[in-house]
Amino acid sequence: MSSAFLHDALIYLACAIVFVPIAKKLGMGSVLGYLLGGIIIGPFFLGFVGEEGKDIMHFAEFGVVMMLFLAGLELEPATFWRMRRLILGAGFLQTAAIIGACFCLFLVLGFNWQASLAIGLALSMSSTAIIMQTFREKGLTKTQSARGALAVSLFQDVSVIPILALLPLLAVTTLVKTSDGPAPLIEGMPGWAQTLTLLVAANAVLLAGHFLFVPFLRFIARIRLRELFTAAALFIVIGTAYLMIRVGFSPALGAFLAGVVLATSEFRHELESDIEPFKGVLLGLFFIAVGASVNFSLMMTNPVTILGLVFGVIAIKAVITGITGRLFGLSFDQNMLFTVTLSQVGEFAFVLFAFIHQLHILSASWTDIMMGVTATSMALTPLLLLINERLILPYFGTKESVETKSHDDISGGNAVIIAGFGHFGSTIGRFLRANGITATILDNDSDRVEILRKMGFTVFYGDATRLDILKSAGADEAKVLIAAIDSPEINLELIDRVRKEFPKLEVMVRAKSRLDAYELLDAGMENIYRESLDTSIRLGVDVLIKLGFRRYSATRAGQNFFRYDEASLRKLAAHRHDRESYIFKTREQIELQEQLLAGDRDVMTNVHDDAWNGDGAKRGS
Amino acid sequence: MNKVLILFAHPRFEKSKTNSVLLAGADKIDGVTLHDLYEQYPDFNIDIDREKELLTRHDVIVWHFPFYMYGAPAMLKQWMDLVLEYNWAHGSRGNALKDKMVFNALTTGGARASYAANQLNRFTIREFLVPFEQTATLCKLIYLPPFVVHGTHLLSDQQLAMHATLYQRLLAQMVAGAFSVEDVCKYEYLNDWLAEFRG
Repeated sequence: MSSAFLHDALIYLACAIVFVPIAKKLGMGSVLGYLLGGIIIGPFFLGFVGEEGKDIMHFAEFGVVMMLFLAGLELEPATFWRMRRLILGAGFLQTAAIIGACFCLFLVLGFNWQASLAIGLALSMSSTAIIMQTFREKGLTKTQSARGALAVSLFQDVSVIPILALLPLLAVTTLVKTSDGPAPLIEGMPGWAQTLTLLVAANAVLLAGHFLFVPFLRFIARIRLRELFTAAALFIVIGTAYLMIRVGFSPALGAFLAGVVLATSEFRHELESDIEPFKGVLLGLFFIAVGASVNFSLMMTNPVTILGLVFGVIAIKAVITGITGRLFGLSFDQNMLFTVTLSQVGEFAFVLFAFIHQLHILSASWTDIMMGVTATSMALTPLLLLINERLILPYFGTKESVETKSHDDISGGNAVIIAGFGHFGSTIGRFLRANGITATILDNDSDRVEILRKMGFTVFYGDATRLDILKSAGADEAKVLIAAIDSPEINLELIDRVRKEFPKLEVMVRAKSRLDAYELLDAGMENIYRESLDTSIRLGVDVLIKLGFRRYSATRAGQNFFRYDEASLRKLAAHRHDRESYIFKTREQIELQEQLLAGDRDVMTNVHDDAWNGDGAKRGS
Repeated sequence: MNKVLILFAHPRFEKSKTNSVLLAGADKIDGVTLHDLYEQYPDFNIDIDREKELLTRHDVIVWHFPFYMYGAPAMLKQWMDLVLEYNWAHGSRGNALKDKMVFNALTTGGARASYAANQLNRFTIREFLVPFEQTATLCKLIYLPPFVVHGTHLLSDQQLAMHATLYQRLLAQMVAGAFSVEDVCKYEYLNDWLAEFRG
């Protein structure tokens, strides 16, 4: 291993460690942190990496390859089918309109029609990575805008395949040798033959997936060596990518196809959980590389061109996306979010531009400029999101808070604050309201906020972890805060914030699972409510009743089990950190299950219960 | 014809042989309703309106329970506390139960002889049942003597079957209603009355 490689790795990792926490602290989201870090360590500022810009793109390409494999893996046909109306409707409409608009723009700018069309196709892509990361971090994955954005990006992901197949048809001249190493297969072929070859190659990957990869993975899985399975998965990804390079196409496309094939196999979840720890790191790497590849010297020489293109493209995409959102019935807030998250040019554009350049549709300098436009637009997205969130939505969209008529006499005043009004929080809210307790609600789904306000609830709209929102919701005077947010990470963040800033406020928290409960116990929480525990036990009690148990005995058995399970939660939580492997959540989950099942055998909750053994007891004589 | 409501309270009915035999045919008698309180309200959250409505529809009420620690299981106490409301069951306007009949049906491990002064249990069953008797009186109910099955853990299958037949005869009598309340109230137990009534 060369020290140069370690040097680079060290710089990338240090960059992530330094800049992401800063960005998070400033409330900007991790994507912007990675991008800023990349820009700063890149050739233009500190010059730690990529003196010739070559190493960076290697890193970036590998990141893209892995990411597309995962994107393919997430393309489950069932999801696709369920969202077909949105994907084919909104996705097609938005993408086609943007291709058309960009095509016209570049025709007007003086490009020939082939180049204009190719550029339009590439620029129509949005960044799935940014979209997913943004919605997940904000805990908004269940909103209308997230569904819409996901649908559109799914459509774009899939359409990359036909686009890559069609691009050779636009080539003015045939492909010439561009890379080192053995010459690609399609070198020197006419455009139609290249298209044909690509279709054959793509189908070959799909067929190989079914008849080669899956049996191969089954064989490996039987050996029961986890690391071997991970190695096999990587082998498939890298192997497919390599073959695609040899044929002369994008390695990212190969990885994407391999992912699509494996998405339907029984190994999907296994692969996902294996690659999960790497996924975040690879995505980070990718964003750093994007940041580092922003060519500032090019921008310095053509600032007007690049900035003009960036804002022009973002404006075109935003307007068209906004209209699409309108047509599909998104409310203002949701549509703004939908529009901003889809307004950048995505990672697929790097792949497409590289290919377009290979095909000589676009000159080297224009390719560089377009890559710069892409990277810049990605870098701007988190900023636009921030502007949207802080400057646009508060004034034009759903207000963060609504001044109540009786604002003067009761200042906030509610004793209970519910953060997160999804299915969990809403039940609590309804129950409290039925008992005459009005709670102040914090939620970040604008559609829900609108409805709740119409129903007369006091609702504060926005990120519940923000100090100013907590303050205006009355966290200073309230007695109880219920942390019922869907995302465990955001819940934890909220708890930390509340305990630091409002130590007198009693916090009661929803835990999604036993593992969440452990983390909450570790954080020093007392009032922890696992969301599925009561329901599961209640169902179990009803099973006993259906099997002929007396209702009262079954109910007591359930109550005993509940008490026992709560006690064992606290007992096992203390021992948890003795184990080495607790980083791997899935594995920990299984071990936990085993521990629990073993323990349950010793505690048959009702069998040894001798209460009321009236008839048999020797009472009196 | 009277309608009879058995308010049965047993937290561990599945383990009680005596009570399952006693009650086996009870609700098949025309005019008898068996209302199993622990089965209906495993969480002790008694539906008061429903209980009142049941009481209104019946003429004879039976508080049937195993005699635990000289009293009724918690559920029956809960039932009495919640259902027998002021100005419904008692109080100046509480006439809903007026002139209906009520009696206790008990199972107990102790022999009849042990329930007496100077004996192990020191008091008679009737003395232990004074709170029920007075509650009935307060609610303007007619309180009949109890039906008691003693020494349950010593009963042979044959003896148990006899007790069950006796109980079912009692229920049938209650439905028929062809008896004088004053006569019945002369006996310490309903068992005694039945023994003489049909030799």
